[in-house]
Amino acid sequence: MTSVKSLLTKPWIWSFLGALLVWLATIAFTGGYGAGGMVTAALSLAVFTVIVGVGQMFVITLGPGNVDLSLPANIGLASAVAMKVMDGNDSMIVVGLLAALACGAAVGAANYLLIWALRIPPIIATLSASFIIQSIDISYGRGLQIKPPPGFADFANWQILGIPVLAILTVLFTIGAAIALQRMIYGRSVLAIGQNIRAAWLAGVNVGRIRFLTYTLSGALGGIDGALLAGYFRGANVDIGNEYLLASIAVVVIGGTSVAGGKANVPGVWGAALFLVLLLTMLNTFGVSAGVRLLLTGLIIVGVITAAGGQKALR
Amino acid sequence: MTAASLDTTAKTSAERGALARARLLRGLLPALSLALVLLAIAWLNPRAISYFGFSLMLNLAIPIALATIAQMFVIAGNELDLSIGTFVGFVGCVTATWLKDAPLIGVVILLGSIGVYALLGALIHLRNLPSIVVTLGMSFVWQGLAILVLPKPGGKAPDWLLGLMAFKPPFIPFPIIAALLIGLIVHFGLMRTSYGVILRGSGGNPAALGRAGWSLLKTKIVLFALAGLFGVLSGMALIGITTSADANIGNGYTLLAIAGVILGGGEFVGGRVSPIGAVIGALTLALAASPLLTFMHIPPDWQVAANGAILIIVLAARVLISRKER
Repeated sequence: MTSVKSLLTKPWIWSFLGALLVWLATIAFTGGYGAGGMVTAALSLAVFTVIVGVGQMFVITLGPGNVDLSLPANIGLASAVAMKVMDGNDSMIVVGLLAALACGAAVGAANYLLIWALRIPPIIATLSASFIIQSIDISYGRGLQIKPPPGFADFANWQILGIPVLAILTVLFTIGAAIALQRMIYGRSVLAIGQNIRAAWLAGVNVGRIRFLTYTLSGALGGIDGALLAGYFRGANVDIGNEYLLASIAVVVIGGTSVAGGKANVPGVWGAALFLVLLLTMLNTFGVSAGVRLLLTGLIIVGVITAAGGQKALR
Repeated sequence: MTAASLDTTAKTSAERGALARARLLRGLLPALSLALVLLAIAWLNPRAISYFGFSLMLNLAIPIALATIAQMFVIAGNELDLSIGTFVGFVGCVTATWLKDAPLIGVVILLGSIGVYALLGALIHLRNLPSIVVTLGMSFVWQGLAILVLPKPGGKAPDWLLGLMAFKPPFIPFPIIAALLIGLIVHFGLMRTSYGVILRGSGGNPAALGRAGWSLLKTKIVLFALAGLFGVLSGMALIGITTSADANIGNGYTLLAIAGVILGGGEFVGGRVSPIGAVIGALTLALAASPLLTFMHIPPDWQVAANGAILIIVLAARVLISRKER
């Protein structure tokens, strides 16, 4: 009983409960039909939100005003870079992934360069950067019709017993991210900066380096996400990352990470991503129109956050 | 007891002079940014600096300025509104349909949507919610409602609105006059009235304000209601210019409005905002996003980048100027 109680105090449990509830509502509607397939589909789609969500989580944890708005443009550019480098050739898959990773990391590093050199708020820095990246992508990816190499597309869609392999790998990655956050100097430094940047600096945390690493990490994750998306949807596209701006912020906060910074939560990102994907599936299953779907999605997000309640501000 | 009287007791006149100069320069920075962009335009295409050129370039400046003011009220209370863009779109759709066909219902809907904004402010305060998430959720709600009101692009602006937005005063283009008027009215309300000070104080030091007996619930409701009001004005002005609506018409305004507030010298925390600065910031962005970029030999692929570059250059200039001051 006490273990249940302690479980309920965990901020991430609510997002998983929400996901479960939505799933149950949907299979109740279909009479149990397609229950397993829905989980498979939700896992495959949630992966992409989780990967960028983790990057966004580290950035948001740095404190108020820290958010990476360049993710959609970054994902779009990296997807084009990956497809061009791979050029439909199975032997170039690893090189293409590395190129996307490097492209994303470069975007992240450029973001931090703007924040550091111009001392502008990260929201504005990443916003201005995203405009420029978007243009580069439009110019670079014009008329890009390259399909991903068959091996890569198969890998992105590969399932074992109904569980997408990409989801298994992403679970391993998120476990790594959780360890990095809670048990490694890097993660503890990020949390310290988010709680009180000045105190962290006085305590000897290399604030500049940690922030640089965090933005680069977020960029790199956006890059790899772009490559994987292009593999999954069989082609790169300028708009491929558009929905991940709101989604990445939403999963971080619904997952129990504080927008005031200094308090992060990795499992919650998974719960929230599954919740959002399943919510969309549910509304599609109910056959509602696009307008009603958006309306209900919004109301449910507001409802969930109201029910979960806000935490006392740290400041 | 005002902040100013505390200043005089604590500081010598020399210190006050330096502080005033720094404040003045800080206030002038947005205007300098605008001048910078204007100079760049004049240098690239001298013919753009004319009555017609400005009317064209600043075509969309009024709705952007109004949306920026809406965002500014929210930022003044230490919150952020990620839904203002889709809200402007929703208002646009209502304006092009209900407000034309059944004005009374249209007005009720628009007033109701301002009420929703006020309720959001209350909800955010009472439940201590992160405004980013609540407004993120609301951005879906407004977009959904916009699609329900107007499933396909279309509709038509009411005639009186079309007439108003097509107004051509002598000598000075309408967008400039309107922007000036908006900036001055809001400046007076927020910077020169006693309740304006309370509103800004709710972002500057909520704890102190609460202990002094002011209702923080009320300030948050008022700030959000004002944001809703200016969002409604922005959507109506936009439809007055474009003549018809589309559910996605305002989507870009969320980020433009945030950028406008920051360009105008506002800060994300501390209730430090400037209405005139915000309007100037919006004008700067409207110029940056103007179709005239095409005539400046900037290929369409790179026009978005030009927006980003202008933002970065302006902010870089701001850093250089404030470094000299120190």
